[in-house]
Amino acid sequence: MGLSQSFFAVKFGITERDLESYLSEALSAGGEYADLYFEYLANTSIGIDEGIVKSASEGVTLGVGVRVLIGERTGYAYSDDLSPEKIRKAAHVAARIARGPASIVKTGFEDARIHNLYPMITVPHDTALADRVDLVKRADAAARAYDPRVFQVQASYGDSIREILVATSDGRLTHDRQPMARMSVAALARENNGPPQHGYSGGGGRVTLDFFLNEKTPEYFAREAARQAIVQLGAVDAPAGESVVVLGPGWPGILLHEAVGHGLEADFNRKGVSAFTGRIGQQVASPLCTVIDDGTISSRRGSLNVDDEGTPTRQNILIENGVLRGYLQDTLSARLMKSASTGSGRRESYQSIPMPRMTNTYMLAGDSDPEEIIRSVPKGIYCATFSGGQVDITSGNFVFQATESYLIENGRLTRPVKGASLIGNGPEALKYVSMVGKDLKLDEGIGVCGKEGQSVPVGVGIPTIKIDKMTVGGTAQ
Amino acid sequence: MSELVELAQSAVDRALALGASDAEAGAAEGEEFSASVRMREVENLKQAGSRGVGIRVVVGQRSGSSRTSDLTPAGIEAMVRSALELAAITTEDPHAGLPAPEELGQITTDQRLYDPSIANMETDWKIAQAMRAEETALSADPRIQNSEGAGFETHIGTRAFVNSRGFSGSYRTSTCGLSAVPVAVENGSMERDYWYTSAREAARLESPEEVGRRAAERALRRLGARKVSTQKVPVIFEPRTARNLLGDLFDAVNGGAIYRHASFLAGKLGEKIGSDALTIIDDATLPGLFGTSPFDDEGVPSRRTVVIEHGVLKSYLLNTYTARKLGLKTTGNASRGLAGNASVGPGNFYLEAGTVSEQQLIAGVRQGLYITELIGASANTVTGDYSSGAAGLWIENGELAYPVSGITVAGNLVQMLMDLEQTASNLEFRASIASPSFLIREMTVSGQ
Repeated sequence: MGLSQSFFAVKFGITERDLESYLSEALSAGGEYADLYFEYLANTSIGIDEGIVKSASEGVTLGVGVRVLIGERTGYAYSDDLSPEKIRKAAHVAARIARGPASIVKTGFEDARIHNLYPMITVPHDTALADRVDLVKRADAAARAYDPRVFQVQASYGDSIREILVATSDGRLTHDRQPMARMSVAALARENNGPPQHGYSGGGGRVTLDFFLNEKTPEYFAREAARQAIVQLGAVDAPAGESVVVLGPGWPGILLHEAVGHGLEADFNRKGVSAFTGRIGQQVASPLCTVIDDGTISSRRGSLNVDDEGTPTRQNILIENGVLRGYLQDTLSARLMKSASTGSGRRESYQSIPMPRMTNTYMLAGDSDPEEIIRSVPKGIYCATFSGGQVDITSGNFVFQATESYLIENGRLTRPVKGASLIGNGPEALKYVSMVGKDLKLDEGIGVCGKEGQSVPVGVGIPTIKIDKMTVGGTAQ
Repeated sequence: MSELVELAQSAVDRALALGASDAEAGAAEGEEFSASVRMREVENLKQAGSRGVGIRVVVGQRSGSSRTSDLTPAGIEAMVRSALELAAITTEDPHAGLPAPEELGQITTDQRLYDPSIANMETDWKIAQAMRAEETALSADPRIQNSEGAGFETHIGTRAFVNSRGFSGSYRTSTCGLSAVPVAVENGSMERDYWYTSAREAARLESPEEVGRRAAERALRRLGARKVSTQKVPVIFEPRTARNLLGDLFDAVNGGAIYRHASFLAGKLGEKIGSDALTIIDDATLPGLFGTSPFDDEGVPSRRTVVIEHGVLKSYLLNTYTARKLGLKTTGNASRGLAGNASVGPGNFYLEAGTVSEQQLIAGVRQGLYITELIGASANTVTGDYSSGAAGLWIENGELAYPVSGITVAGNLVQMLMDLEQTASNLEFRASIASPSFLIREMTVSGQ
């Protein structure tokens, strides 16, 4: 697809000559590399609470970011006005990071896009609003119908279309239309007027409303949220101290995101501040572990045709049979480390400087039967669902919060336990992985990753795994 | 400034003309600047501005919202029509309306939210501040061998709000801030920490040297951390981690959580829910602070609310909607971006300071944990269950003895509030939620 078919050419009349002129302005003080990131984002969200559709909201954002690189330096400016004068002014501001004679911009552009991971049949904005309202109403009804002990339900549905155009001073030009949709349900349950318990579920991806009609229905998410709230009604205190931990498949893959993924982002390693710095080729996990970051899985929340620097995404091996293989590179770090971008340059919006980020991070399946893994544990904890996590990439310490867990006693899941944080150290934790299941599962599509104030959607996945030693932050001794 | 008010007014007028029974519109513009340096070189320079407008319309008892960054008359028209279209698909909600006219208003005295000198700072001067902070950290100790850099940031913003019941107001804010993130290395172990200073007025910033020195000191004292054994001990939260816990308490007194019964404090108004040392205030009228404003995001005047007094729950924090749901009056805590239904947000939400120094607080603990960092803190506001990763210093015989990390700290907020034995005198307002150090009689520390 050439520029002429892109959203920005059609709607704003932007031509290749315009892009070249803005890039020339950006390099007018001698920068080594410049890029432009045009973004149009339209989103809609609908919320139901107490059975009442209380909120319905739409938003439109438009702007362009101009970036100039020289050595380790970045100059950045943006404009929410796409008039040529305003874009040129932003380019001029960004250019001032360099202080020398002008550099030459390559003329002519080549399209860098190589795949189409989220073909769209309908554009969400053409879909009737009533269809979206129907989704949240169905979720509300299904959560209440699941069990009479459910007494409060909140559900929301949101979708967006992001149109982007990236042009670089070395002659790359790409545009992409990126859909995203997500549904979430929260439920509260109580028994005999006792204290309430909370359950949450959600999912989606680079899909449109049809996904929730045909694949994962509102009822699916609603029942899951209600089920979790009901399970918690019988929960006992989580154990405190070191324990054998079995992680269930899917969303518990957040372990990989925190323990490994962030520490392998190239910016931290280029600066020498990651606990994984200088460890390429070293054993950082048990030989059972192969960890991949893959931006090319069709329709997944973390997938992209091209990253936010216009580089096609790909499958990157982070850890292979326990050995550290590679970092996640963006354009800047790749230039400085004499490497190539791995298609990992992402940003929250046109107002943000790109950084190396994850896409969909998961562990390959092993050959153990998941039930056999649980049977092998005399005493431990099984974690089925998490709410989130965080890592200190320098010390390597990371935490993730279990929201649905069970005690394992004599090889069987017994009582549900209350939410608890689990803490480990990145380069050490995966060395204790002693069994990996054959049941690799990707998460439902609700992940949001934060780094230096920028949020981007991501995915995770993992098969059932057994970790022989990890600290569990409960209160029961 | 008046341009933004006119923009918001034009959106409200247009909404009424197209059939809305009520409308409220917000408009905002901001200019941001940031400079970061790393290892004594400039790393990033960023400078730009943006504007936006949003509207919420009420049609009978239904409401819809929309926002846009397209401020042309055509952009405003599209936004208003979109909000009206959305209102038509929502459910009638008798509580959805705007505040009553007599509840609207604003504080007119100067709240010292805007310092003109911040807009006039030279780029080279701002870079130099970051350079000085990083240099101080790097030269503090031979073990400070690396840095994630230092940065100087400014933000100038204007916010306008207009509604169809006669409210019209706007105010400007300025912010400047300086931070440093040094990395300390010893015997193959690597630790980073940070310090920052941030203020609405330039004169209230700490010096670059102070920022660099404290950042280095914090990174250094983490080196050689151990993992302690699992046990129940007294725990002290220092201001930076204490404010994190205050944030959880804010969620628990948020009217939105209360009317849904999604807080362990629901139905507890007037009850003793904490120790005598626990007094929490929300005050959006304190001059020059981050949680201060002349009016909230519904056009209700800012005020001071005593939330908890000597352990007794005195008030929830409410906007118009949550107040109506609970049969109460708004506390002027409406908060929102440019569009959408208002949520509840803090003014300056703080735990009242005690009289003893932090050192005296520590001196009173024979064996315990002093928490300097919470990682992945998670409080379940519904049940009060609390569990977080932590790092800090182990207290032995009333003194900070050695660093600890890789541990968790857990308890339940219901009990933790009762066990909050003492607060220190070191209250500082570094953000809209603030707390002095405090001591909790007992929590579970998990380690080896």
